[in-house]
Amino acid sequence: MKQTTIGGTKRKILNFLAIAGLIIIFIAYMFPFIMVVINSLKQKRDIIKSPFSWLFTIKGLSFDNFIKAFTQMDFLNAFKNSFLVTASATVLVTLLASMLAYYIVRNNNITSKITFALMVASMIIPFQAIMIPLVSIYGGNLNILNHRITLIFMHTGFSMAMSVFMFHGFIKGNVPIALEEAACIDGCTHAQTFFQIVLPLLKPIISTMVILNSLAFWNDFLLPSLVLTDKKLFTLPLSTYSFYGTYSADYGTIMAGLLLCVIPILVLYVVLQKQIIGGVVAGAVK
Amino acid sequence: MNSKNKGKDFCMFALPGMFCFFAVVIIPFLYGVYLTFTDWNGVSKEKNFIWFENFKGVISDKEFWTSLLLTFKYVIVVVVLVNVIAFAIAYLLTRGIKGQNFFRAGFFTPNLIGGIVLGYIWQFVFSRVFVNIGESTGWSLFEVSWLSEPNKAFAALVLVSVWQLSGYMILIYVAGFMGLSEDVMEAASIDGASGWVKMKNIILPLMMSSVTICLFLTLSRAFMVYDVNLSLTSGGPYGTTQMAAMHVYEKAFTSRQFGVGQAEALILFIVVACISGIQVYLTKKQEVEA
Repeated sequence: MKQTTIGGTKRKILNFLAIAGLIIIFIAYMFPFIMVVINSLKQKRDIIKSPFSWLFTIKGLSFDNFIKAFTQMDFLNAFKNSFLVTASATVLVTLLASMLAYYIVRNNNITSKITFALMVASMIIPFQAIMIPLVSIYGGNLNILNHRITLIFMHTGFSMAMSVFMFHGFIKGNVPIALEEAACIDGCTHAQTFFQIVLPLLKPIISTMVILNSLAFWNDFLLPSLVLTDKKLFTLPLSTYSFYGTYSADYGTIMAGLLLCVIPILVLYVVLQKQIIGGVVAGAVK
Repeated sequence: MNSKNKGKDFCMFALPGMFCFFAVVIIPFLYGVYLTFTDWNGVSKEKNFIWFENFKGVISDKEFWTSLLLTFKYVIVVVVLVNVIAFAIAYLLTRGIKGQNFFRAGFFTPNLIGGIVLGYIWQFVFSRVFVNIGESTGWSLFEVSWLSEPNKAFAALVLVSVWQLSGYMILIYVAGFMGLSEDVMEAASIDGASGWVKMKNIILPLMMSSVTICLFLTLSRAFMVYDVNLSLTSGGPYGTTQMAAMHVYEKAFTSRQFGVGQAEALILFIVVACISGIQVYLTKKQEVEA
């Protein structure tokens, strides 16, 4: 009996230490974000004097920084650009990748095999190994850089391999061919079978891929920076970059601008936390 | 199914996706291999075939080798720290404490935000907040901004990368810990295994599949670090923290040596592919079934 009580207390103490340690680590992890929030409301003089406190400011707290950042970054326009690019590319890649994966699973011919093998192999090619010829082809020979459509097309192409791979695995394991045969007998065309029978069955994997792809598109910097040079088309990461270049000494405005960039994602994260975490884990483990 | 229908199916289902993939990934990749053998400067229409001149250029490009060496150093430190920290935090999180989901979600937050924004946030922390701590406490560690000294700037880059990546790896390790079978853990405890022995002989081998994934992800991400590198230190002070990926970009788009830049990108690709391949092979061998 005595043994168990000792074990019990020991366990309790250990658990307490674990939680205490976790809370400390957690605060350390959140520290940069806390700093941004605190300082986004202060004026430059107060920030330099003491970046920590909210009290004892000379000039007080105000939302001026946000208004300035909002207009200087052309936030609404950049947000609109980011949203358009992310949404279209996500829809496009989800649709095209699921169709291609479906074709590959159901048609075991040589084209399918080669395409699939190429896609799996291409997943280890880093973007840096492709960016120079990409700019050379689309900028030099075709001259179609600086259009939103080009960026959407490229996002789609780059995420195609990974998406097809994921859809392929899911369709192979979870979509019974008997259903399609039944649909075929009932007179469905292939297109109808796919859109009305198969696509609804793919919901779990579609939500995973939408989350993974849209996060990647929304946050991508390198590809948009190569494709877009016109300020009017800048996505959020690009406008943050150019905004920072101009205002790097104006700390309050910068903090407000960074916070503006972070808020939309955080709001979405609070709402869809379970789905996002589930999607990321599913995407990594496969 | 007749053959005409098959052709229609192919055009409708497979072709659009294949077109995107080939036009954006495969063709540029092959064209990139061709570019390494030409003296194209990015502007002129003329490209001359110059065989291995660009690779000679790579060999004589000292900055590239310095940046590659630095990248190796960075990758080793980051991969080790990220995995040890993420593993430890995931272990603490799965001991059945309250608020596990809250912590997990919080730790993951940096991964939702782009590297550019993260780099700028940390730049502020390093150059203002830490310096302020240094001024008010007199700690010499924080007296000058970390970003103005080569070694500390490197440490800063490592710190931010570890901070960002570990949240992601925590998710995977937590999933791994949750997948451990209760029966096996109980059997181990009954057999008298506890603490370190249990960790080393039971938990670690069963967690190897998570380790494989995490090592692979951290390796490939750390090798290709660019966004944070650009926004946090932008290679400075004096180019001492310029990683390989950033060097490739500079070589091609700032110095306009496209051929040499592309050759360096290919070398980087081969290095990363080989190292990741070896890593996956080695850690897969350690995996066991429960």
